[in-house]
Amino acid sequence: MELKSKHLLGIESLEPSEIRLILQTADSFLEISTREIKKVPTLRGKTIINLFYEASTRTRSSFELAGRRLSADILNFSKQTSAVVKGETLRDTILTLEAMRPDAIIIRHGSSGSAYYLTTFCRSHVINAGDGLHEHPTQALLDAYTIKQEKKSFKDLKVVLCGDILHSRVARSNIHCLKKLGADLTLCGPPTLLPPAFGAFDVKIQHDFDKALEGADVIMMLRIQLERMQKSFFPSIREYSRLYGLTAERVARAAKGAVVMHPGPINRGLEIAPDVADSAQSLILRQVENGVAIRMAVLYLLLGGKDSENVG
Amino acid sequence: MKMLVKNGRVVDPASGIDETLDILIDKGKIVELKPQIKVEDVKTVDASRLVVAPGFIDMHVHLREPGQENKETIRTGSLAAARGGFTTICCMPNTVPPNDNSGVTEYNLSEARKNAVVNVLPIAAISKGLKGEELADLADLAAAGAVAFSDDGKPVANSLLMRRALEYALPLKPFVIDHCEERSLSEDGHMHEGFCSHRFGIRGMPASAEEIMVARDIILAEQAGARVHIAHLSVKGAARCVREAKARKVRVTAEATPHHLVLTDAALETYDTNFKMNPPLRSEEDVEALLDAVRDGTIDVIATDHAPHAAEDKDQEFDLAPFGITGLETAVSVLLDRLVHKKIIPLGRLVELCASNPARILGLDGKGRIGPGADADLVLLNLGKEIVVEAGEFMSKSRNSPFIGWKLKGTPVMTIVGGRIVYPFAKE
Repeated sequence: MELKSKHLLGIESLEPSEIRLILQTADSFLEISTREIKKVPTLRGKTIINLFYEASTRTRSSFELAGRRLSADILNFSKQTSAVVKGETLRDTILTLEAMRPDAIIIRHGSSGSAYYLTTFCRSHVINAGDGLHEHPTQALLDAYTIKQEKKSFKDLKVVLCGDILHSRVARSNIHCLKKLGADLTLCGPPTLLPPAFGAFDVKIQHDFDKALEGADVIMMLRIQLERMQKSFFPSIREYSRLYGLTAERVARAAKGAVVMHPGPINRGLEIAPDVADSAQSLILRQVENGVAIRMAVLYLLLGGKDSENVG
Repeated sequence: MKMLVKNGRVVDPASGIDETLDILIDKGKIVELKPQIKVEDVKTVDASRLVVAPGFIDMHVHLREPGQENKETIRTGSLAAARGGFTTICCMPNTVPPNDNSGVTEYNLSEARKNAVVNVLPIAAISKGLKGEELADLADLAAAGAVAFSDDGKPVANSLLMRRALEYALPLKPFVIDHCEERSLSEDGHMHEGFCSHRFGIRGMPASAEEIMVARDIILAEQAGARVHIAHLSVKGAARCVREAKARKVRVTAEATPHHLVLTDAALETYDTNFKMNPPLRSEEDVEALLDAVRDGTIDVIATDHAPHAAEDKDQEFDLAPFGITGLETAVSVLLDRLVHKKIIPLGRLVELCASNPARILGLDGKGRIGPGADADLVLLNLGKEIVVEAGEFMSKSRNSPFIGWKLKGTPVMTIVGGRIVYPFAKE
């Protein structure tokens, strides 16, 4: 089995079977990163451009390591040190880079739809590493992978996703991913950051975090951006934290064995208490570790092709 | 030389006519209208199996000249109008510099006299520099030939300024047209706010932003006893406001665009910037409400909001691309195919919306009707002819149309302005 599209633009367009394929493929890559020699020749001779228009620590390094551990050549491109600062458009930038014959372009960009836009004129495989508020598919995949490691099955698994849903690409990708895998998903946040229209995603909406947490098997927190306060999405950090911050007392309301996740970077003491972030229930660093395996799987499935060597 | 338009199905709701007649034209005017006119030494146009309607009037176009001639000029916009079946177009003042003084109004008119193939009527600014702070010299602008006042594209945020504009324009012939948008609600948005905007991750422009301003304008117009025309009405609530106001005899009129009648926000799925305009494409519920409003007379006029943009400006990330689409060359086919052939409105109602009503609202006595003494501005429609919209055929300098590739039934085949055939274009 293989992926239907040559690109990975989002989770919404994936079939559940394709999501499962990526998760299964990641299984075989997870072990590579624990070896002494963390490298296999799978993508030898392939060139990948890591094109980041927005600041990023984990996604960018994760994709870079994933590519390197598969022996691909990686070109890192950041907006600040490129001709973009001279006013070059996204299209011209991509056409210029494409003239150097890369095989794949991984793009992180602040505009929703930018990854899709690339596919309208690009030859290479396009991998969306986060487009505006729209999707961040590899984050949702690594989250699903991490949940699967812990909970085995998604069926009737109660997942609570809490925070700034409105502005979160991680939330959108996770909504699609978890629904497709059969989880029971509740979104939580103040109505300003979780408009009622989100109910049309076929998820539960709960504005009371304590109620949302009852019986939860998985608690996924989202980063709250402080600039949202200026647009009156919430009145103060103090109040946000009181209503939607994850504390040990709140975790205690969830099901026995509940796990805590966060895509990072975290605001310690704001949306998540330090002791929760560092607790045994927290999978935050495991998410990061799994991210490399998931991205190796995605690169392999898109670029590996039928003629490439085995996983190794 | 006289012209005889023979054997056409003349459709003129303003005169209550829908029958096969001949039209005799002399010196730019219609001189006779009856079956089987016999006359010698005349240029004859065979209109058999065609509809002959009063030339269409587009109250809302952007011609970009002066200042942005790379997007459109008065000439190319007028050629696009002629090809699209429009004999009169009203150009919005958001040029560079804006039409906020009589010099620019006169420039528009003199360029139009020299280069345009259809009638071009300037709409002047409400406020100096379209800044929404101080009134432009409205009486001067009226004297120079402005037919209406609007800060289109930039809604008049300040209610006092809008009140003053409505009051000050009372004794003048031009009236106020408002682009209704409460910017504090919509300023970061790039599409209609709703489930689609949440799905696509594009910041939304709520329906309330439009409805609030429509309600405000109606309240202010009612208080002043003034006329107000609502540009490109697009949401259900705004239609309800206008319908209620008309029932109270408030002097409000409203227009809708073809694209708001046939497209919804779901079209943004591919982030195609040719579907990005302001007001944005709305929900299915809004489209249904708008079609009701077109049927029941709440909407008086269909206008295109023809807004040409350079390819390089539109070919960008969705949120960086400017708002606006072209419309002059697709409107009539879209309306014939999607409204008339689909039996949403009869042909006569379409002619009312595109000719009779705009002429009445603008106070253009010789236009919007067919009869002795009227201007010889006519459009000939072939209702059965099927076309495919091809960007390469556009006369507009710009190509930013959401309808490229559409197969449509019904199209203008000839446009006559002041007794002169301006489309099909004369071979040079």
